Amino acid sequence: MAAKSGRLAPYLMILPSGLWLLAFFAIPLVLMVSLSLQTGNLVDGFQQTFHWRNYVDGLDTYGDKFVRSLWYGLLATGACIALAYPAAYWIAFHGGRHKSTYLFLLLLPYFVSFVLRTVSWKLVLTDNGPILGPLRDHGIVPDDFHILDTATAVVSGLTYNFLPFMVLPIYVALERVDHRVVEAAYDLYASRLHAFTKVILPLSLPGVFAGVIMTFVPISADYVNAEVLGGPQNTMIGNVIQSEYFGNSAYPVASALSFTLMAILLIGIFVYARTLGTKDVLEAAGR
Amino acid sequence: MTETQSAPVREAPERAVAAIELSGVEKSYVSHGETVAAVRGVDLRIAEGEFFSLLGPSGCGKTTTMRMIAGFEDPTAGAVYLHGSDVTGVPANKRDVNMVFQSYALFPHMNVFENVAFGLRRKGVPKDEIRSRVGAMLGVVDLAGREKRRPAELSGGQQQRVALARALVNRPRALLLDEPLGALDLKLRQLMQVELKRIQREVGITFVYVTHDQSEALTMSDRIAVMNDGVIEQLGTPREIYERPATRFVAGFIGTSNLLGGEVAGAGERAVLAGGPDERIEVPLRDGAAVAVGERLELTVRPEKIGIGLDRPDEGLCRVRGTVTEVVYLGTSTNYNVTTAAGADVVVFLQNATSADDIAVRGDDVWLSWDPRHSYAIHPDA
Ligand SMILES: Nc1ncnc2c1ncn2[C@@H]1O[C@H](COP(=O)(O)OP(=O)(O)OP(=O)(O)O)[C@@H](O)[C@H]1O
Ligand SMILES: [Mg+2]
Repeated sequence: MAAKSGRLAPYLMILPSGLWLLAFFAIPLVLMVSLSLQTGNLVDGFQQTFHWRNYVDGLDTYGDKFVRSLWYGLLATGACIALAYPAAYWIAFHGGRHKSTYLFLLLLPYFVSFVLRTVSWKLVLTDNGPILGPLRDHGIVPDDFHILDTATAVVSGLTYNFLPFMVLPIYVALERVDHRVVEAAYDLYASRLHAFTKVILPLSLPGVFAGVIMTFVPISADYVNAEVLGGPQNTMIGNVIQSEYFGNSAYPVASALSFTLMAILLIGIFVYARTLGTKDVLEAAGR
Repeated sequence: MTETQSAPVREAPERAVAAIELSGVEKSYVSHGETVAAVRGVDLRIAEGEFFSLLGPSGCGKTTTMRMIAGFEDPTAGAVYLHGSDVTGVPANKRDVNMVFQSYALFPHMNVFENVAFGLRRKGVPKDEIRSRVGAMLGVVDLAGREKRRPAELSGGQQQRVALARALVNRPRALLLDEPLGALDLKLRQLMQVELKRIQREVGITFVYVTHDQSEALTMSDRIAVMNDGVIEQLGTPREIYERPATRFVAGFIGTSNLLGGEVAGAGERAVLAGGPDERIEVPLRDGAAVAVGERLELTVRPEKIGIGLDRPDEGLCRVRGTVTEVVYLGTSTNYNVTTAAGADVVVFLQNATSADDIAVRGDDVWLSWDPRHSYAIHPDA
């Protein structure tokens, strides 16, 4: 009896989350796949016609938006690494007894709602706002200089909003680096630069790797930043999906676009994981 | 304390150049607003090619001393010399000594070859030479053919040897080992002790070996510094340290030692201590040590130097009376615990060479005897 319940225990433990995933992930996914192949409209209803053209048309019409989304995703992810790594490094190695305080301060803005944060950026960056207003008044920047409604504004907003998802995994990885291993590098004649590039950096790469996945995927699918900060010229695929769905009620098209994006991201992550996520990369970095 | 202890050396340049020299080295840490003295004045000279051990209980400052030699810590006071040049304040990566860490601290993301090649690469040694030197060194530590393994794929003993190879391949002028065998089980430990000694003979490099295991220090070292509470209590060869402990701490820390005390009844070349009726306790006063009649004096005798018997011992030997409190048969030897008439607890190790039967049983009144030359006086203030 005891042995039997022991064997069942693992299944019982995953049962709640399994049911949750089934109800709110797997079933909707299947419904959405089905929806993406339908034709019709809100008034006459939608029929299953296995209309593959939803996918082809979607890519044809919005190819540039896909490209822009991935490009913004790359830029913002790169910017996240550039900002997060030094901060995480400093906290992990020089934070002393106040590490968790510094980490908390870094994460403090993220206790505010995502939309609210983005809207407040809009207020700050607007043409006559607290930054550009005085700069224009004093003639430091020309009158036709904008930040809002530019690609820079969107990428900056994305970077800002997803920064914690890069900081935390990098911090965890750096925190786990054994100080004696770093000392061993110094003992073996490594300069500060080499101790970093040959030992600390390779040992923290798994954190960067995880951070990239955790930021690139949601950034590429984001629509709030482009909506609030980007204006009509900088729309991303997320905006298209949103307006097709809620604006035009073109559910099949929106679903097809969603799955196309999902497929692109999955393939991208898969290739990324296969090429960069291996031990050989770490080893090459340490050579 | 004894002549085996090196006198404080501050006039370094005039003497023969030592491989490693510490002069008046102190180190204190400030933690939570309190100053902790980890090392309180250490002077020592380690000769080229010597196997030198720092031995002492946990927290006595061994690691701190070693880290100051390696360059990971700067002394609060005093100076560190390597081969005659003052390296105080020189960072670790500029010092020609290498360290084997207690935890090995192997680079987990590199295979065995890359680990061992690390130092040579940093020094810009040509590729071909790196390959041949790493290969040869892996041969010395018996790890040839394991080049591609990761540290996580090696046993504890193998990791230990990688750590050793990683340091030795650089041909440092001295190798510092901080309890390198601490994580190994007894069997492997003893094997590695022999192995380390062989490697040291083979490469001829100065080894500074930190351990809190006295038998390890005794078997491997040319000389031992016994540390306690941030100072060196005694410095000498294993034989000197074992046979004639200079202080009560050393006597207690190294092996088993018997401490007997008494009032000085007569002093000359030997101090005669007051004992019970027909008892005789004498101890040679060496190195011009002087005691006055009436002072209290203690002496140490090793357990294997003491004889035990029911009959009164020969004239010329020291003798005291006691009662056997415990007899422990150990196969090759038997241990007797005896409480003397004066109340001291004495341990006696007796080889079971001739007799299969116990000489005495629990509760027997016995005589203990030893040659006075095997006993050493310890001054009350030591
Ligand atoms: N970084 C530090 N900050 C504060 N105190 C320290 C520091 N390093 C060591 N100490 C203190 O200095 C003393 C000596 O430490 P050390 O590590 O040299 O001991 P040890 O002889 O190597 O002991 P063990 O055998 O346990 O390794 C200890 O009391 C320790 O608490
Ligand atoms: Mg230590």
